[in-house]
Amino acid sequence: MLNSGVSVLFEGINFLRLLEGLFQTLRIALIAIVISVVLGIIIGMIRTTKNKWIQFPFKLYLELFRIIPILVWLLVIYYIVPVNFNVELSADTVALIVFSLWGTAELSNIVRGAIISLPKHQVESSLALGLSKFQMYRYVLLPQAAKRSIPPMINLITRMIKTTALLTMIGVVEVIKVGQQIIQLYNTQHPTVAFWIYGIIFFFYFCICFPLSRISRRLERKWAA
Amino acid sequence: MDWQYMIEVLPFYKTALWLTVKLAAIGILFATIVGLICSSIQYFKVKVLDKLVQVYLEIARNTPLLIQLFFLYFGLPKVGITLSSEMCAIIGLTFLGGSYMAEAFRAGMEAVSKSQVESGKALGLSSFQLVRYVIFPQTFSYSVPAYGANCIFLIKETSVFSGIAILELTNTTKNLMGIYYKTNEALFMLVIGYLIILLPISLFLMWLERRVRYAEFGR
Amino acid sequence: MTPILEINGLVKKYGDRVVLNGIDLHVEQGKVIAILGPSGCGKSTFLRCINGLEEVQGGEIIFEGEDLTKTSKWREVRQKIGMVFQSYDLFPNMTVMENILLSPLKVQKRKREEVELQAMELLDRVGLADRANAYPRELSGGQKQRIAIVRALCTNPKIMLFDEVTASLDPEMVREVLEVIAQLAKQGMTMLIVTHEMNFAELVADEVVFMDKGKIHERAPAKEFFANPKTQRAQQFINILNF
Repeated sequence: MLNSGVSVLFEGINFLRLLEGLFQTLRIALIAIVISVVLGIIIGMIRTTKNKWIQFPFKLYLELFRIIPILVWLLVIYYIVPVNFNVELSADTVALIVFSLWGTAELSNIVRGAIISLPKHQVESSLALGLSKFQMYRYVLLPQAAKRSIPPMINLITRMIKTTALLTMIGVVEVIKVGQQIIQLYNTQHPTVAFWIYGIIFFFYFCICFPLSRISRRLERKWAA
Repeated sequence: MDWQYMIEVLPFYKTALWLTVKLAAIGILFATIVGLICSSIQYFKVKVLDKLVQVYLEIARNTPLLIQLFFLYFGLPKVGITLSSEMCAIIGLTFLGGSYMAEAFRAGMEAVSKSQVESGKALGLSSFQLVRYVIFPQTFSYSVPAYGANCIFLIKETSVFSGIAILELTNTTKNLMGIYYKTNEALFMLVIGYLIILLPISLFLMWLERRVRYAEFGR
Repeated sequence: MTPILEINGLVKKYGDRVVLNGIDLHVEQGKVIAILGPSGCGKSTFLRCINGLEEVQGGEIIFEGEDLTKTSKWREVRQKIGMVFQSYDLFPNMTVMENILLSPLKVQKRKREEVELQAMELLDRVGLADRANAYPRELSGGQKQRIAIVRALCTNPKIMLFDEVTASLDPEMVREVLEVIAQLAKQGMTMLIVTHEMNFAELVADEVVFMDKGKIHERAPAKEFFANPKTQRAQQFINILNF
């Protein structure tokens, strides 16, 4: 009885379609990550100033993404922007916007944290050697800050990939949607197909996120200050 | 903004808010218990169990809650196990949350210095007594930030329950938008709903962290 | 008179590294033995083997007719062999009194009134009766160490082990702790003291055991050891310290 469902996975191009859906998901996540890294580093550096007027809006921005669930953000952008600003946004675009904003916020925090955690005497000895601020950042601070940023960055990437599961709720055609389509097709002939489809999707996510977690942990241990 | 409309649908939001809080609280409670058990098993390196715990932790932390829920809600009935949507929600939250809590507690337990534990042993305390009187009180102060962050995370994750037909805040909002098309108002109330729950908790946690750090036990 | 503690051929290894290479020591009741030696000679490890904090790979430890290396009843043994550590390690989440009462009440299951009475009496003897309700973070290092000693004494041990208990203290506080230990010695407690305080060892100990690289090189009555160390290693050691 149970086995009747497994065969669906191997039938036709089902498996391929699932992988395609997965690839869709990862594509969005990847672009968002690239944007987040670029903007995150810049904003992160900006946020290291002591200027309260600069700190406040950025801090607010970060907290908004910390407190409000990402699903809610997806819904907000998906509905509010087209209705109020008369712009047509595809679900994919909404996903990209939300994930980029989220990623940038978190990454700016990570970068800022990494820079601040560097011992003060690094700054002082650099200046004492006559390095300009720019040189100090380029040769001394950023390389070290990078080491401290990378494990949490990988952690963020893992979380982002997990969160892409939510995209199905705003209609993005990613792996879960494809899976649901397959289930609808085969449900009458193979009643247990849902178990196997969701099972394999579960497995897909694990296969992507688990290696990332391992790498992050190994790097953390290797670079432990 | 249609304030009249918002007042009309307020009862729906109240119910949803209450349901969200209820499910989150139960989930957090069970997740805490699971976390305590798992971190203790890992700390004492209990044979066999600690490997099982590790497998559980890796699976729970590397898969999205939504998939866990879909699997429980849509997948399991096909093999004969049918659970109510609320049960699925709680199991899912416990499963996911337990792994985060286990990590928070484990770090806290390992932060207790080895010589504290040895002093306790030298006085004849059993493992259970060591955990109860020496390790956990100190773990608590160390783990508060991580524990708090986990609680906030789990409360936010309840929004995912909308995928399995539970009428918590997010799902209620989606339904209302589908019926009345008052998207601005509905989403506004949704955001307020989460702020009502999470802002006080956030502030409470900040206060608690400061208090616990101040009372930093003679370190 | 049979010794209260008999250690024969004790061997301890960390992997392939031999830390204790056949230690023989018989301790008679009421005696105070100072264990001296250079860093890394194994003296702390030796102490920790006696109350089971370290596992041994060979030899025997005979206490009250039982070989401790084969026992599984460490919790009972540890009530009878008290130990005080270099880092005093009072439990920070409890008051002084709660620290002292923990083991007698929860492990030995004695009556509270009886234990409190004993605790107050001991605290009084070390001059800290007024700090019974203070938290460890409010106390100085010397005070904490004295309380750690009281905490260990409250389980009514037959033997007390001291592992470099003054090493973490500021010089001004070393004396107050040593006075407590001297007091205990006078009252006839059997004690093994690992220490660097040579003068103290000379004054309070009955015998001195000198260890180096995991073996006992010399054992002699205290006065004799310091006046006339017999082995060359011991002579070098004492000379270095008499800078």
